Amino acid sequence: MSEFFASRKGIILAGGIIGILASLLQYLGNPPNMGICVACMERDIAGAIGLHRADIVQYIRPEIIGFVLGAFLSSLIFREHKPRGGSAPMIRFFLGIFAMIGALVFLGCPWRALLRLAGGDGNAIVGILGLTTGIIGGVTFLKNGYNLGRSHSQKSLSGWIFPALMLGLFLMLVFRIEFYAGGPIFFSVKGPGAMHAPIWISITAGILIGVVAQRSRFCTMGAIRDVLLIRDYHLISGVGTLLIAAFGLNMILGQFHPGFEGQPIAHTDHVWNFLGMTLSGLAFVLAGGCPGRQLFLAGEGDMDAGIFALGMIIGAGIAHNFALASSPKGVAAFGPAAVITGLIFCLIIGFTMRDKMNT
Amino acid sequence: MKKVDARGLSCPQPVILASRAIAEGYDSFTVIVDNEVARENILRLTKNKGLKAEIRKEGNDTVILVEK
Repeated sequence: MSEFFASRKGIILAGGIIGILASLLQYLGNPPNMGICVACMERDIAGAIGLHRADIVQYIRPEIIGFVLGAFLSSLIFREHKPRGGSAPMIRFFLGIFAMIGALVFLGCPWRALLRLAGGDGNAIVGILGLTTGIIGGVTFLKNGYNLGRSHSQKSLSGWIFPALMLGLFLMLVFRIEFYAGGPIFFSVKGPGAMHAPIWISITAGILIGVVAQRSRFCTMGAIRDVLLIRDYHLISGVGTLLIAAFGLNMILGQFHPGFEGQPIAHTDHVWNFLGMTLSGLAFVLAGGCPGRQLFLAGEGDMDAGIFALGMIIGAGIAHNFALASSPKGVAAFGPAAVITGLIFCLIIGFTMRDKMNT
Repeated sequence: MKKVDARGLSCPQPVILASRAIAEGYDSFTVIVDNEVARENILRLTKNKGLKAEIRKEGNDTVILVEK
């Protein structure tokens, strides 16, 4: 199985499984065109624990927990669990914050951009073009020696912290603890946060995806990056399969509604759809993986990826507390300023974090 | 012989460093990696470029000898 998932057939199978499960999760209760959205789901978790108070997007999403735990179990079974860290954690934290802000201006991470497209949302095309633009920027930095430095092996239990956090969140979901009257854990009673597949289905699907993605190294950003950087079409064959599988099943389940206007949890501001995803794409390249991949790596013991994921969760809190996150009505008051700030941050990081070329 | 030390570097750095060694015209060089993903990626790169790759373990590291 180890060698199989490293092959072209393996990555295609992984993409197919993810696409089918995403479409099914939507059918079974997850929000429209959001069978899986790493950014949105982390944002819901941030809301559930009170990091923001947007009461329509608060839920502890078991899929995120499953991603980490599935990758964790898989890496233990296949002897790839390797605690490591120390490669510019602070920078990765801020890259995570800005990646999330960009995603919430667009209203979706690369995973959801694909799933929005598979559901017929034309605005996703603009987002994917923006994502690609950001990745082109990041690849240019990579070609010029951009590098956040080496990570180092860490003590073996370090790699258990992030999975343990996820397990804790899962227990809080299952037992629905109310820490004080009117306090967290918050669960939306209306809006996207109130829409979800049954817990046991979500966690099972999440774990399954965590396992196949850990084995196959599935990465949405990496797919586009590898094509641009080294003309390698391995990962993108998996991402393409995800898109086709989700599209096919959406057609069968009646979940395909083509158009630009009135798409679920989406807006039609093309400029900021584009630039929001540009920011995210650039931040993902600089941090070395899409938001899903960062979770799988965190499950494997990569503490730098864990820091990035925590940055994304904090970034979601910031995005909703400071009127940066868009809504179906359009871009929020400070969204554009935050995207520009993020782009400037990423450009500074890209230009300054460089190794000498003769390594 | 040219040695590319890609230990502790995250994706896609090991592949970038190996690609650079190929672009610089080295007929043979070694790449040292310390994780499975980097190993797979280097092997895919050498396969795509039609180069030979020989693998051996050295403790926790994997040494890949790349040759034309």
